[in-house]
Amino acid sequence: MTTVTAINADEGAGLYALSHLDALESEAVHIFREVAGEFERPVILFSGGKDSIVMLHLALKAFAPAAVPFSLLHVDTGHNFPEVIAYRDNAVARHGLRLHVASVQEFIDDGRLRERPDGTRNPLQTVPLLDAIEKNRFDAVFGGGRRDEEKARAKERVFSLRDEFGGWDPRRQRPELWQLYNGRHSPGEHVRVFPLSNWTELDVWQYIAREKIDLPEIYYAHEREVFRRGGMWLAPGEWGGPKDGETVERRMVRYRTVGDMSCTGAVESDAVTIEQVIDEIAASRLTERGATRADDKLSEAAMEDRKREGYF
Amino acid sequence: MTSNLTSGEQAAAAAVERSAATSQLRFATAGSVDDGKSTLVGRLLHDSKSVLADQLEAVEHASRSRGQEAPDLALLTDGLRAEREQGITIDVAYRYFATPKRRFILADTPGHVQYTRNMVTGASTAELAVVLVDARNGVVEQTRRHAAVAALLRVPHVVLAVNKMDLVEYAEPVFAAIAEEFTTYAASLGVPEITAIPISALAGDNVVTPSANMDWYGGPTVLEHLETVPVGTDPSQDPARFPVQYVIRPQTAEHPDYRGYAGQIASGVLRVGDAVTVLPSGRTSTITGIDALGTLVDVAWASQSVTVTLADDLDISRGDLIAPSDHVPQTTQDVEATVCHLHDRPLRVGDRVLLKHTTRTVKAIVKDIPSRLTLADLSQHPAPGELAANDIGRVVLRTSEPLALDAYDASRRTGSFLLIDPADGTTLTAGMAGDSFAASAQGAESARDDEGWDF
Repeated sequence: MTTVTAINADEGAGLYALSHLDALESEAVHIFREVAGEFERPVILFSGGKDSIVMLHLALKAFAPAAVPFSLLHVDTGHNFPEVIAYRDNAVARHGLRLHVASVQEFIDDGRLRERPDGTRNPLQTVPLLDAIEKNRFDAVFGGGRRDEEKARAKERVFSLRDEFGGWDPRRQRPELWQLYNGRHSPGEHVRVFPLSNWTELDVWQYIAREKIDLPEIYYAHEREVFRRGGMWLAPGEWGGPKDGETVERRMVRYRTVGDMSCTGAVESDAVTIEQVIDEIAASRLTERGATRADDKLSEAAMEDRKREGYF
Repeated sequence: MTSNLTSGEQAAAAAVERSAATSQLRFATAGSVDDGKSTLVGRLLHDSKSVLADQLEAVEHASRSRGQEAPDLALLTDGLRAEREQGITIDVAYRYFATPKRRFILADTPGHVQYTRNMVTGASTAELAVVLVDARNGVVEQTRRHAAVAALLRVPHVVLAVNKMDLVEYAEPVFAAIAEEFTTYAASLGVPEITAIPISALAGDNVVTPSANMDWYGGPTVLEHLETVPVGTDPSQDPARFPVQYVIRPQTAEHPDYRGYAGQIASGVLRVGDAVTVLPSGRTSTITGIDALGTLVDVAWASQSVTVTLADDLDISRGDLIAPSDHVPQTTQDVEATVCHLHDRPLRVGDRVLLKHTTRTVKAIVKDIPSRLTLADLSQHPAPGELAANDIGRVVLRTSEPLALDAYDASRRTGSFLLIDPADGTTLTAGMAGDSFAASAQGAESARDDEGWDF
């Protein structure tokens, strides 16, 4: 038997151990407070999806009993789930927050953006987002992106410097060491901040369960009209579905992510409680994005390419 | 959500509870370009069933389109266009996987010589480093470099993974000799714990499942070791350090006089009733309350984000440090440190920079660069004048204001700092205060030709 162990380190600190959710929570709160301490005009990107809802929950905890010192920014594709918009407005009112809305529809109406032939508006969000950042002179923009979502996101920093075009250059990122985040930037540049970088989809759900956080109902299984396209169940709507040959049917579904209706697929599910949702995710053989996002399937580097252009 | 849970639902809720209470290990991998590091990481993810069907399908598709017969597990981790095109890893990536026992954050760091800074980055938050060696080549210069970085960054646990055992007929003496050489070397640098494991990442021996080909090996597989290695240190052994991040002052009708100091405890334990001193001012007070994110507690410890209230209304702001009055760190404007230079723009004697330490950023001047270190053989090059990207060296700095800096070997959190270019905000250099082997290492090679330095 050959086992080489030079010197045994001390036994771990059982008494002072933190559960992984506590460790993730502490880290995220630290990131929120760093931004509050170092930036002039931070904003939280808020889509009404579970990640942004968790971000808001963490921000509320980080500054209690004072108010959250940031406003919210919603990039509205115009193809929203009504439940999500209702949730958004309710959250804003309940916590006395200020909401900015950047509207893709407005950009299409005045000709600054053109509708894509496939009808999806997800990639169109970048232009109104960058416009809102510039107009409001936001210098730090919190996003709910997680590194477990996608290969290109696995390379993303917690503090991600963006140039005046919002662009991300993976080769020119600042190295990030210890818990020392560098938020310095030149005028015109801004920093994207990802407090949930080290969280996985399961962590987010476990945290939602532990903290008893309310979510829009579409995250739990419910009977809904859907139709099949590209291997996914999509919700019909003004955005342009279904088309010829696609038929609407009623099914028990729920959503793993919330985005533009044109490209966010539902999964068939019986999970009506959060415990059932967690069980389902723990047993799932598909990633969150693989199961529900059409736009990530466009090419092997779809996410990297969109991020380079200023997308989250 | 529901008031009447079925027994199945109760079991599910219990499972949620259990899995949410698991511990977390941050670790980093290091290996030379062809040591099979990506394959090891891919194997670890794949065999621990952390790769989902759509990811595997994408890898199989990409492998087929490259004309490879078996799925290339390295493709699981090479995420950027340039990486896939060149078949190399160019930047640190973070990966996540979990077993029923523990949750893992892996800093997947490139092994190529020119990316030493990336291993430093990955190792800075790691509690364990996996150093990969090709069993056919044994301990090479690059291996010593990785061991030295792990020692310099004070990574508490190091795993030597002797890979490609299948190519040396799974021979015990080959493994034993490499393990012996590495352990002697790493222990001499101060690495506290070293575990050597013979593996084949390609064949899957001893990565997740015990190898049938090496019954002479009685130790754990890589995954077993990752699952059982003790995490964290005992915070009660260290003096408390609480850098003030943000002052919370609601000034509302409900909280007219509330003044809380928010931050993440960098080391040690804070208790209500502790007599504390605030640096750099030196004023003293007593802790009257600790709010651990919504729960009032009597005690809190390292890495918890909390808000502290004090008995006296002191002038305290972001950048101040709260410490127990009987364990106050010394403050200084003269900083001596070992640094790893990160940026292509060199660091020169006379440079004016910003120094970020905990929550405090001050101006600093590079007064001297006494030496530069070759990690491979630990030889010193005196007075190099400047440090280029990936160089490790000693630096003397003078700061505009006093810093409450601990030695890095006493606290990774309060002994570390960044140097930042004041002109454009670029992160230039990573610093570790106090002595290290880099300050005392003796090199007979000081006369060595500069051309021989490859990073």
